[in-house]
Amino acid sequence: MARFPKPPEGSWTEHYGLGTEPMSYEDSISTEFFELEREAIFKRAWLNVGRVEQLPRNGSYFTKELVVARTSVIIVRDREGQVRAFHNVCRHRGNKLVWNDFPKEETSGISRQFVCKYHGWRYDLDGSCSFVQQEQEFFDLDKADYGLVPVHCDVWAGFIFIHLGKEPEQSLTEFLGPMVTALENYPFHLQSERWFYRSPVNANWKLYLDAFQEFYHAPVLHAKQTPPDFSAAAQKAGFEAPYYGIDGPHRVVSTAGIHPWNLAPNQLKPMEILTRSGLFGPWDMPDLNFEQQPAGLNPAGCDPWGLDSFQIFPNFVILIWGQSWYLTYHYWPTASNQHIFEGTLYFVPAKTARERVAHELAALSFKEYGHQDANTLEATQTMLESRVLDRFPLGDQEVLCRHLHKVAGEWVDDYKRQLTEV
Amino acid sequence: MIDALLPSEFSELEPFAAKWCLATEQERYMERLSSSMTEMQALYDAVTARAEEAMVYCDKFPLDEMPDDALNLLRLLYSMVMVSFPVEVWGQPRIPDTGAAYLDLLVEPIP
Repeated sequence: MARFPKPPEGSWTEHYGLGTEPMSYEDSISTEFFELEREAIFKRAWLNVGRVEQLPRNGSYFTKELVVARTSVIIVRDREGQVRAFHNVCRHRGNKLVWNDFPKEETSGISRQFVCKYHGWRYDLDGSCSFVQQEQEFFDLDKADYGLVPVHCDVWAGFIFIHLGKEPEQSLTEFLGPMVTALENYPFHLQSERWFYRSPVNANWKLYLDAFQEFYHAPVLHAKQTPPDFSAAAQKAGFEAPYYGIDGPHRVVSTAGIHPWNLAPNQLKPMEILTRSGLFGPWDMPDLNFEQQPAGLNPAGCDPWGLDSFQIFPNFVILIWGQSWYLTYHYWPTASNQHIFEGTLYFVPAKTARERVAHELAALSFKEYGHQDANTLEATQTMLESRVLDRFPLGDQEVLCRHLHKVAGEWVDDYKRQLTEV
Repeated sequence: MIDALLPSEFSELEPFAAKWCLATEQERYMERLSSSMTEMQALYDAVTARAEEAMVYCDKFPLDEMPDDALNLLRLLYSMVMVSFPVEVWGQPRIPDTGAAYLDLLVEPIP
């Protein structure tokens, strides 16, 4: 018996016209498809690389390794405070410009200029070449012609995005569209306590997106995380989302919540009661100073409200919890069957030890669940690659998985069409 | 007698301090993976019994200006949280069915 009404078509899947037939997962195992995704998706979409709080001062910078696009990018706040991005390559003989100890590892810091380790060429924070070692030895060299190669860079709601194409077809806000930009006024900036996790995962990047864009798995895969009474009830009820939204290439799933503090003690773990916290976040919530809750949040008007998980194409997720904190996911492909997963938790900074302990349990709970999700993916990837099966039925609670793979296919097809037209 | 790591009011937790007052989540997680269930149950029982008082004690100081003994007490509370999953749900140090998967915490709030 459905707890939440479905759209008039009878299902979310049919409502969004996604087809109900079993799906192929060839796009997650084919090396040819992955090679196309590099160009068709990751060089044609805006990619989130972090937040402005990671660049607290003029001269603050960090690097981002983008294996999928075969490049590395420097993100920097210049002398005027503007956030800029450059390919991380010296104009002289192509050495990687900014790195420490290990060329393939990301780094961050604060600097007045960038100096190449190889021959000492220097670049100002705005990318201009400011010094060439033994300049008189070169032939007709004008430093003005040898600035760092810029990467399109823009900021929305404190999130820094880059675009690796020559000229983006859409501005960042056009690309994000009305569903995502409706979150503009959410107080992301107040939640500057940052917990950053990273994990290499032996699975295609879309499989992990799938894992976190359906909650059909939650009562089963994570059953042992909760006391038996809670798990049994959750599994019997199954999972239903009150709302799924699609806007262009982007998606959202919203869930109803519970008030953990109202649950019977046998439905909770003792540590949750002791610290007043858990997977859904601290029970004693900070004041986010909402003048008005952003229109895009809690689209089904749930009370209590659980979370909204915004899946921003291609590889970025903003998940806003009803309990007044948020997290982001990034999935950075490194091969057809490998990617780097990044999870970042954001809280209003703890002011007291008690608040900090509550954050500790919320963060650890995230890690315990994330481990289970990550390991399952490797098990899925290897058996998809066996090609024993080639069609997989997806239920209506998996509607967003269906949409992601459809959109990825469309972007690849569109790219191939452009290639043949040229 | 070596110098106490914890405030004197919490002297009965002192036997756990050298092993479990660890600054980073990564250290605490590694300690969990290399500890026995008996060790973690003992820590859990001892610290949960005093946790409320410990939070009251730590809350007397601003988070960024904690004296060393209070900071150690706070870190012991973090370790109490860290072992709660093995003790309360898993019955083993490692998350079941997670093979070689790991999820490293590279940036965390200080303290």
